[in-house]
Amino acid sequence: MGSLAFDRVTVRYGERTAVAGFTEHVRAGEWLCLIGPNGAGKSSILRAVAGLVACGGSIDADGQALAARTTRQRAALVAYVPQVPELPDDMTAWEYVLLGRNPYIGYFGRESRHDQALVGAVLDRLGLRGFAGRLLGQLSGGERQKLVLARALAQQAPILLLDEATSALDVGHQQQALELVDQLRVEHGLTVVSAMHDLTLAGLYADRLVLLHQGHVVSAGPAAHVLRPETLSEFYGASVTVHTDDDGTVVVVPRRRREG
Amino acid sequence: MNRRSWYGWFAAALALLGVAVVLGAMIGPAGAVSRANWHIVATVRLPRVALGGLVGGTLALAGASYQGVFRNPLVDTYQLGVGAGAGLGATVVMALGITGSRMGLSAGHAWPIVDPLPLAAFLGGLAAVFLTYVVGASFGGNRATLVLAGVAVTSLALAVQALILQRNNDVVRQVYNWLLGSLSSASWSDVRLALPYTVVSGAVLMAHRRHLDLLRVGEEEAQALGAPVRRIRLTVVVAATMATAAVISVSGLIGFVGLVVPHVVRMLSGSSYRSVLPISVVLGAAFLILVDIPGRALLHGAEIPIGVVTAMLGAPFFIVLLRTRQAAV
Repeated sequence: MGSLAFDRVTVRYGERTAVAGFTEHVRAGEWLCLIGPNGAGKSSILRAVAGLVACGGSIDADGQALAARTTRQRAALVAYVPQVPELPDDMTAWEYVLLGRNPYIGYFGRESRHDQALVGAVLDRLGLRGFAGRLLGQLSGGERQKLVLARALAQQAPILLLDEATSALDVGHQQQALELVDQLRVEHGLTVVSAMHDLTLAGLYADRLVLLHQGHVVSAGPAAHVLRPETLSEFYGASVTVHTDDDGTVVVVPRRRREG
Repeated sequence: MNRRSWYGWFAAALALLGVAVVLGAMIGPAGAVSRANWHIVATVRLPRVALGGLVGGTLALAGASYQGVFRNPLVDTYQLGVGAGAGLGATVVMALGITGSRMGLSAGHAWPIVDPLPLAAFLGGLAAVFLTYVVGASFGGNRATLVLAGVAVTSLALAVQALILQRNNDVVRQVYNWLLGSLSSASWSDVRLALPYTVVSGAVLMAHRRHLDLLRVGEEEAQALGAPVRRIRLTVVVAATMATAAVISVSGLIGFVGLVVPHVVRMLSGSSYRSVLPISVVLGAAFLILVDIPGRALLHGAEIPIGVVTAMLGAPFFIVLLRTRQAAV
């Protein structure tokens, strides 16, 4: 459950081609991370999977085309966490997480006892039970981020898309959130496709990295393969040193450019 | 959590509505209810109470629905141009003299089968709200541009209406009385005229409460959660406009009910549309019945039109809302 196959996926915004013929296979339970400079097409790929932007080519989930499914069926397969989620200040945490159950409720239906119980279980799992009745506007950035994950989890979709979902958090909260995603991935066998800017964190959590540049894949594979100084210099225009720790962790460190 | 706590507020609103109905039936120039004035109670006061409740409840429900679908707490019938558009539609029908409702009776013959007044008001209102939406969206579609687009559409509709009135002097007084918004000549036939439209569209709006909550996280996220956003938006706008047009055609333009009532409800019972919609209906009905009482009791023979009363209460409220929201956004 949850494998994802991209076949020559193309996304265009008017004249501009954001993604050009992206072909990739993501195994069920795998964590694939899309990296690349701003405008490389990372978000567009995620948005195409979520059905928020039209695309050429095809995206199959478990061997079936996503485009052939209704909006609701797709939402039961794919949970999407945007870069800047919209959290209404005057909505309670419980109401917010309950929205994740929408794919399982008919157009004129309402949440069942099962839906309510599941939301309770998700909040328990993330240690958020105490926040259930609180308004979103009263919560901290870290708590809000967790609630967005809780909503995605309540969606019970085998595929989780994270679009820079942790970029706004400090290093501690970022680590906690990614650690949580990884635990949930293992517990529920989730397939995770994320877009990330922090290359060290990307290499630390993802099984595989795909480096995009102007809509094309320019490098793909494990962190040690993709995160090389000459590659990053070429496509990010960045000057970096790459260290490999004893445990195999790849660390990308920016370097000052010295003139003359 | 506490998803059932709003039932208490709903019950309280129902109790207030009960009080409003009793007071509405009891108070009037002919004194309290007795055997002697029962005829007045049944043919003058009760239809007026029923119409007030129907109009108030519908305007509050439609206002809350517009706010949900446009994700903007500042919009209502007036701000979206629906009132002016419906007014223009109704003016056309009155100028042509083809309406059977009380506003049109003096102008010409009664329309035999289906009265065209609500239909014309509906089409006018619908055209206006779509124009407002398109214009507002083309300038960025934020809260302020939507309201400004509504102002522009309202001005346009009023200008066309003025042109029509200038060429049809005979209906000026009739249209003007209607524009002020009044329940003063309410009859059971007015209630019958508006009821079918409001019941149908009210049921549709009520059935979309959960969807309005989904839209609160934005169009994209709602869609990613599996909500058919376009269908929801279109259905809700059409239903809310139909309900609004139906009551506007029998009561005229009564402003600010749809703005004030849902806002008060949100402050009391939380902002989930699950509770905002049903409580707004009941509280809106109670509000308009109660507001109508002093207008007819205080000045014998010279009533204050209810649209004037609600505007006097609502306009300052809107300004306060604008200030606080500006700080929040």
